[in-house]
Amino acid sequence: MARIAGVDLPRDKKLEIGLTYIFGIGRKTAQSILESTGVSPAQRVRDLSDADTNKLRQAIERDLKVEGALRTEVAMNIKRLMDIGSYRGTRHRRGLPVRGQRTHTNARTKKGPRRAIAGKKKVTK
Amino acid sequence: MGRSVRKGPFVHESLMSKVDAMNGRNEKKVMKTWSRASTILPDFVGHTFAVHNGNKFIPVYVTENMVGHKLGEFSPTRLFRGHTGNKATDKKAAGVPAKGGK
Repeated sequence: MARIAGVDLPRDKKLEIGLTYIFGIGRKTAQSILESTGVSPAQRVRDLSDADTNKLRQAIERDLKVEGALRTEVAMNIKRLMDIGSYRGTRHRRGLPVRGQRTHTNARTKKGPRRAIAGKKKVTK
Repeated sequence: MGRSVRKGPFVHESLMSKVDAMNGRNEKKVMKTWSRASTILPDFVGHTFAVHNGNKFIPVYVTENMVGHKLGEFSPTRLFRGHTGNKATDKKAAGVPAKGGK
């Protein structure tokens, strides 16, 4: 029902939480939006009046970069790093951690599931 | 944490004076440097630096996009040739250090 920035907000959540379903809005941003527009944060999304919905929509459009626009910006920043041939760019290109974390072990979030290494002997007990 | 704004960006003094001298004479020559920690300033754009990576000097042609980064970011210090028996990465890894200066 309440559709803001192309995202359907979950009806049963409180407004403060519901707003965080928009990419680019977290708890803090949600709180500050609600404060600046004067909409009560305690009410559920389904109880939101149309006037308030419009207020929120305008506030978000005016002050924030969310969803598609924000995703493009992030992707462009990464692309820039890759294009100038910096160390961070090459790490992105190879799908390895960018900020100096160890890769001997861990780093599975970035590297994805373990792949079997050809020719490695299995340790058997 | 980032560097204090009060101090301004760090550039090694000798490197700065070299760049200033070259800009004054409107000259473009490759500058050898070991100062990987120096920040790239707008004045550096268009120059080529030979940045030491601990083994040899990697030519880095500075473009506008690189301003604000450090010289060392463009001169990789590690050479990954791929793991044994992995043909695909062998080829790819060999190409990476060659275009490190791009």
